[in-house]
Amino acid sequence: MLDEAIVANTISTALDTGGDFAEVFVEDKRSSSAVLDDGKIEELTSGRDRGAGIRVVVGDTTGFAHTADLSEKGLGDAARAAAAAAAGGGGGTRTVSLTRQQAPNPNSVQVYPADVPKATKVDLLQQADAAARQVGDAISQVSARYGDSRRQIMVANSDGLLASDDQVKTLFSVGCVAVGDTGMQTGRESVGHTIGFELFERHDVTEIARTAAQRALTKLDAIAAPSGTMPVVVGPGGGGVLFHEACGHGLEADLVAKSASVFAGRKGEQVATDLVTLIDDGTMSAEWGAFSIDDEGKPAQQNVLIENGVLTDYMWDELRARKEGRPSSGNGRRQSYQHLPMVRMTNTYIANGPDNPADIVAATERGVYVAQLGGGQVNTTTGDFVFGMLEAYLIEDGKITTPLREGNLIGNGPEVLTRIDMLGNDFAMGSPGTCGKDGQGVPVGDGTPTLRVTALTVGGTAA
Amino acid sequence: MSEILELADRVLALANDGEQLEVVVVKSSDTEIRVYEGDIESLTTADSQGVGIRVIADHKQGFAYAGSLDMEVIVETLADARDNATFGTPDEFLGLAEPDGIEPVELDLYRDVTVASTAEKIELAKELEAAAAAAEPRIQAVESSDYYDGAYEAAVVTTTGIRSASRESSAYVSVSVLANEGDDTQDGYGFAVGRELADLDIAKASVDAADRATKLLGAKQAPTERLTVVLDPYVAAQFTGIIASTLNGEMVLKGRSPFADRVGEMVADAMVTLIDDPTDARHFTASGADGEGIATRRNVLIDGGELRSFVHNCYTARRAGTTTTGSAVRGGFKTTPGVGTRAVSIQPGDVSRDDLIGGIENGLLVTSVSGLHSGVNPISGDFSTGAAGLRIRNGQLAEPVREVTIASTLQRMLLDVLAIADDVEWLPMSATGVSMAIGDVTMSGS
Repeated sequence: MLDEAIVANTISTALDTGGDFAEVFVEDKRSSSAVLDDGKIEELTSGRDRGAGIRVVVGDTTGFAHTADLSEKGLGDAARAAAAAAAGGGGGTRTVSLTRQQAPNPNSVQVYPADVPKATKVDLLQQADAAARQVGDAISQVSARYGDSRRQIMVANSDGLLASDDQVKTLFSVGCVAVGDTGMQTGRESVGHTIGFELFERHDVTEIARTAAQRALTKLDAIAAPSGTMPVVVGPGGGGVLFHEACGHGLEADLVAKSASVFAGRKGEQVATDLVTLIDDGTMSAEWGAFSIDDEGKPAQQNVLIENGVLTDYMWDELRARKEGRPSSGNGRRQSYQHLPMVRMTNTYIANGPDNPADIVAATERGVYVAQLGGGQVNTTTGDFVFGMLEAYLIEDGKITTPLREGNLIGNGPEVLTRIDMLGNDFAMGSPGTCGKDGQGVPVGDGTPTLRVTALTVGGTAA
Repeated sequence: MSEILELADRVLALANDGEQLEVVVVKSSDTEIRVYEGDIESLTTADSQGVGIRVIADHKQGFAYAGSLDMEVIVETLADARDNATFGTPDEFLGLAEPDGIEPVELDLYRDVTVASTAEKIELAKELEAAAAAAEPRIQAVESSDYYDGAYEAAVVTTTGIRSASRESSAYVSVSVLANEGDDTQDGYGFAVGRELADLDIAKASVDAADRATKLLGAKQAPTERLTVVLDPYVAAQFTGIIASTLNGEMVLKGRSPFADRVGEMVADAMVTLIDDPTDARHFTASGADGEGIATRRNVLIDGGELRSFVHNCYTARRAGTTTTGSAVRGGFKTTPGVGTRAVSIQPGDVSRDDLIGGIENGLLVTSVSGLHSGVNPISGDFSTGAAGLRIRNGQLAEPVREVTIASTLQRMLLDVLAIADDVEWLPMSATGVSMAIGDVTMSGS
């Protein structure tokens, strides 16, 4: 992407005033999207973002500057700005020699989306629109979105690291509105992977569209969700959001270090029932949060965070790891070259348990079954978290019965982990997500088998 | 500003016969400082720029953007936009904005934020951290203390005669604290916002953060019941923003607004008047021109409970057979203009916040909500969010509550407004806040 000598010189410039560590992150991202709404192809968009972010660390202070000018002068100016921001003490010249790292690519792209005619992408949207509308006369509106991106990155630092990655993602989503006597209801489905256009060999867009439409139709018969605390069964795939919020964020080392996590100081303790093994895995081939190197150049890793209920480790980026004298866990990520990296999840999942999913529902006298979760949010200081239920049903006498209107569920992370009493053997990954933290969004994946929480608070309006 | 207008004009000159071309050029610069335990944790300085190009030809639209003002890149971006346009569905209502004879209000939104030195900015963040730490004995730690300022300039030019340029600056500080009592820890945030460093009141920011954290110490989950909630201004502003998002001409045309076909009806209690007014410079998001370069204006959406109008950009206005309300919004240079309110307020009432609370026998003062994006559906109107705050008993604030949800529907909540206070807060978002009481809301807990 850039001449290695220029990168090495830029790092030297960044260290001119005596920094402890300097890093150059270069990104060249091309993205394209096509949107169908209201029966029309509304627009195709092409985007290009290219630039470099330069970081200089002196003691506990990080200076950062970014530039869209990738000339030697542009990089040098940014390096000096970053160094000035870090207000380096000493001075002196350091020469940096870079060694290229090899990291296994998590997947090989078969068809680069940029090589696919735009007409083919537009055709997928039209197929989805037609398929969704055929599901029922009550489907009153359909939107569909196709998106792809290719993000080439290169990271070099004053430790001599030089690494690069080529990350290709393809996404397709459909949203439907259904109209009935009770007003409007919505249904969504999205499929996204860290692969190329071969996504559509694995997934049929008409199937995605029908799923979204059926969800909207089902909810026309939905009743108000109950209010109060009760058992909640979460279907395969969806539950990942629950763990992402209930404990994932609380296991990020930057929050732990500032005691802004209820999980600080609890390593080695039993924090969950022994059914729970929680893993964060950036190497998961083709999943939405996968990469070969993180945004600090560290190869992706599989990290076991909770093993049979015992907290085994937190997630680390380079800066936090350095302070603790340990290696990064490959969780240093950033939204773009305009952002500083921080500790982020990748693909976070709960491994399979022993139970037959049908038995989990059958063993629940009364409660709520959540088939599809929406997003969520957590306050890591208190551990209280919410997540939305996009598709949910009542459980009555051990059977899934009436559909429920949308709402949030609320719980407390450390408590919920000790209330997981049944775990299925039907592991699945959930929908592609974007995780927000401190104003930065990064793509993440999550997954779980069917599971039961003995008590969670359901935020409906019915008694 | 003249520099980006000139650049936009140069790109506009590349328009082909028979096509409409819109060029948006944006330049910004930012300084971001985070302080932790008396030291700078990070300091970011950056200049950013970009261009967004929209082409409409044969009633079809295409768009492309690039984070660069390099002419070579711009030419490539224009070619992409042109190519993209060939795949759109022909739509007779597509078309760029045309001058409508209304001159944008001149708003005083720009200060030179470089007048303050970086050292002064760092010092302010450090002072804020120290003030927050000392605000209350139970403050155990300050998680972060941030200073931000930035300048933003944008130009919009079109082959249909639009030529608009604007610039603005903003500055804010925010602080997040942890309060501790026994084995309970709670967090709280405070902020101050303005156009430059000199506007920022760090005493208020630090006290707000300490208040928010300490008053929730010892909070417990409450039993489920139906009661009156009082949304504090920060929460009410978020609620107001969601209501405004349903009164959007695009949502209405596409059958996604629960308020479509209800103009002229009472959709809210008679005390509710909702106005979008980007020309009021007190709004953080004030702007003289909209995302299409059309003058913004004051739009009354709900007047005394009656639904009066929706907001439109040029496209949705044409389709709806009306005129634009100057409500085109765009996310910088990377998107085409959508439709949205920019600076909404629910008009304040004439009771004080204390009197409003004093009139409630059994209620919950909601000081924070979570999961607005996951539990509120602006199409169906279902509303359910996580909440924390203080119980209200016999007109007095009582014990703190956490881990509950509050739920109703947007349609019912508007009709169930019981009182609106006079405590308007100008916030760093597109809505102002004012304390408001809403009846018959389900608090779900133990």
